[in-house]
Amino acid sequence: MPTNLVLLVLLALAVTYFVLGRRAILSQGQRASGIRSMHSLPHYYGVWAGVAALLPALVLMVLWIGLEDSILRALVASYFPAERPENFIEDVFFTQIKNVAQGNVVGTPPEWVMQAAGAWAGFERSSQNLMSAAVLGTCAVLGFFAYKQVGLEFRARNAVENVIMAVLVACSIVAILTTVGIVFSVLFESIKFFGMVSPMEFFFGLDWIPKANFGENADSGESAYGAIPLFAGTALISAIALIVAVPTGLFSAIFLSEYAGPRLRAIVKPLMEILAGIPTVVYGFFAALTVAPLFKDLFASVGMSASSESALAAGVVMGVMIIPFVSSLSDDVINAVPQSLRDAAYGLGSTKSEAIRQVILPAALPGIVGAILLAVSRAVGETMIVVMAAGLAANLTANPLEAVTTVTSQIVTILKGDQSFNSPMTLSAFALALTLITVTLALNVLAIRIVKKYREQYD
Amino acid sequence: MEATMENTRTTGTADVAWDHDDFQTVGTPGHDDPRMTAGNVDVFYGEKQAIMNVSIDIGANEVVSFIGPSGCGKSTFLRCLNRMNDTIDICRVGGSIMLDGQDIYDPSIDVVPLRARVGMVFQKPNPFPKSIYDNVAYGPRIHGLVDSKAELDEVVEQSLTRAGLWDEAKDRLDQPGTGLSGGQQQRLCIARAIAVSPEVILMDEPCSALDPIATARIEELIHDLSSQFTIVIVTHSMQQAARVSDRTAYFHLGRLVEVGPTKQIFTSPQHSLTQDYITGRFG
Repeated sequence: MPTNLVLLVLLALAVTYFVLGRRAILSQGQRASGIRSMHSLPHYYGVWAGVAALLPALVLMVLWIGLEDSILRALVASYFPAERPENFIEDVFFTQIKNVAQGNVVGTPPEWVMQAAGAWAGFERSSQNLMSAAVLGTCAVLGFFAYKQVGLEFRARNAVENVIMAVLVACSIVAILTTVGIVFSVLFESIKFFGMVSPMEFFFGLDWIPKANFGENADSGESAYGAIPLFAGTALISAIALIVAVPTGLFSAIFLSEYAGPRLRAIVKPLMEILAGIPTVVYGFFAALTVAPLFKDLFASVGMSASSESALAAGVVMGVMIIPFVSSLSDDVINAVPQSLRDAAYGLGSTKSEAIRQVILPAALPGIVGAILLAVSRAVGETMIVVMAAGLAANLTANPLEAVTTVTSQIVTILKGDQSFNSPMTLSAFALALTLITVTLALNVLAIRIVKKYREQYD
Repeated sequence: MEATMENTRTTGTADVAWDHDDFQTVGTPGHDDPRMTAGNVDVFYGEKQAIMNVSIDIGANEVVSFIGPSGCGKSTFLRCLNRMNDTIDICRVGGSIMLDGQDIYDPSIDVVPLRARVGMVFQKPNPFPKSIYDNVAYGPRIHGLVDSKAELDEVVEQSLTRAGLWDEAKDRLDQPGTGLSGGQQQRLCIARAIAVSPEVILMDEPCSALDPIATARIEELIHDLSSQFTIVIVTHSMQQAARVSDRTAYFHLGRLVEVGPTKQIFTSPQHSLTQDYITGRFG
């Protein structure tokens, strides 16, 4: 039975159990004194029977489909030749076996592959049949037990409540597990990388010359994996972005919360937030095609030479991009400063800017610092703008007019095109990603702690 | 305006006597030696009129208390006296309010020095999130009232002493003002207000967030301060009004109903509304 059909039958069964459960309680209720004699409303009994039939079977099905591939691989592994040639990559042959099993024979595969493909197709068929039987069986049996439970005394309402809680918990666990999974996959690949390149070289080396060593893409010459130029480039561009974004964002937040009337505020605030909704690729070509040439001409006119891909252009545009983060969060924390403090300042005869500088901003400062830290973590992780506008040359420079490269843009460069997962070049992307995750995570935790501490003070 | 009057008629007590604009405050709203004089003051929040035709003198070095049921406009009127209502966009003030013979709503008047002359203490203690010293020093600093650090130290000590907080605070001047107890915070706010040597201090229910002991201390303080300052206090507690004030003004639905010496208001009020309020028939 194909998977789609199994799913349909499963749903039909669940609906049937819902109807049966509801009908059963209604007929029992009729013999007693109607709905009042039941513990719960009739539809709770139906939902309980239906859910008991549906959910465990569904979980079983998902698990089966998830694990099927690795089990089948283990089963056909015995068909692989005992003596493996040089450069033997299992994954390549598994893909070939699967293709042949589905009838897509390209060229003339070796004899053992044909045999393995035959076996694969057989195993797959029986797995499918087994799954259909197991899933529908589970559904029918559990649904029946739940249906049998239905009675006037059965607390269906509470049981359904528990099911709902379980579903909600499961969803949040999926989100957490995904994060943990990403961190661990990056971590393991990074450990592999650090087996080939020493952490000392990676964290303190000054040259970044990644070279592919795989197949026809192999480059000649020595490679080097010192990431300092990338860290420096990231820091330079983020610093430029912050120099643009922090004053602009903070001052517009002050204007919005203290000076603008409610009507102006209702117009300006959404307009500023549109900035946050522009896709970063649009910012990217804006930076590469408009801002960078502009800076180049501008500096040329005062006799300085700016590269056509400069840290300055990328940083300034990135700064514009994160203005809304700074302004929106700062606006929130400034608004959270109690009105009573403003009254106190104005009641003593402060002017507006005195009240803001000496009372409101100091009171809002922890929250503003939190907002800025979140903006930093955003700037450090930003990719598209730097890929398009900052260049790829790993220069170690503090001159914003030269091309630099960042951690994120190197990851993009390394991981596009053909990959081989045992070359240090590919694996270096994971080490870079791990560094990036660690830094942004630390910044976020710090920012959240600061903001939280500030909230406690006034709530 | 017409609509508001209709409203007043329907929601007011049975014997409300001001269907017409010729309503007159009873008692003695005038004073021989006035520091502030309010004449025919109207206040509007947007379309809604909150204060109607209020005239009263605040005498030099006297304590005047404003009493009345919630929403009667006593706090609104108090906030007109140092133009705190300017911070509310939809608020409009009509009539005249004079401080030492000068109209404070005159366009030539700068609101910043005005608020230094007419200080304010609020319902909830609201010290700045700064040290105790900086809280008191805030006003003298922004208004440039002192030339040297020594002079500022003296102003801070004097203000804290007058507010009865010096003995408790002298060893912790560099600690945040928000770390004090509620009653101490309110005395800190009073010290902060008197540090700029105002002529008039407005207090908007200064004890409503405090316990009875802290309240008693503030009341004593008001009594002591009245030798140097003119004080206007809004209060919900009639006992408090009776204890601290020389004159009492009774507000009702935006009107100033009756003003008189405190003793007279609480023993033999002339207006039936005042009578009803102080005997607890409503409020």
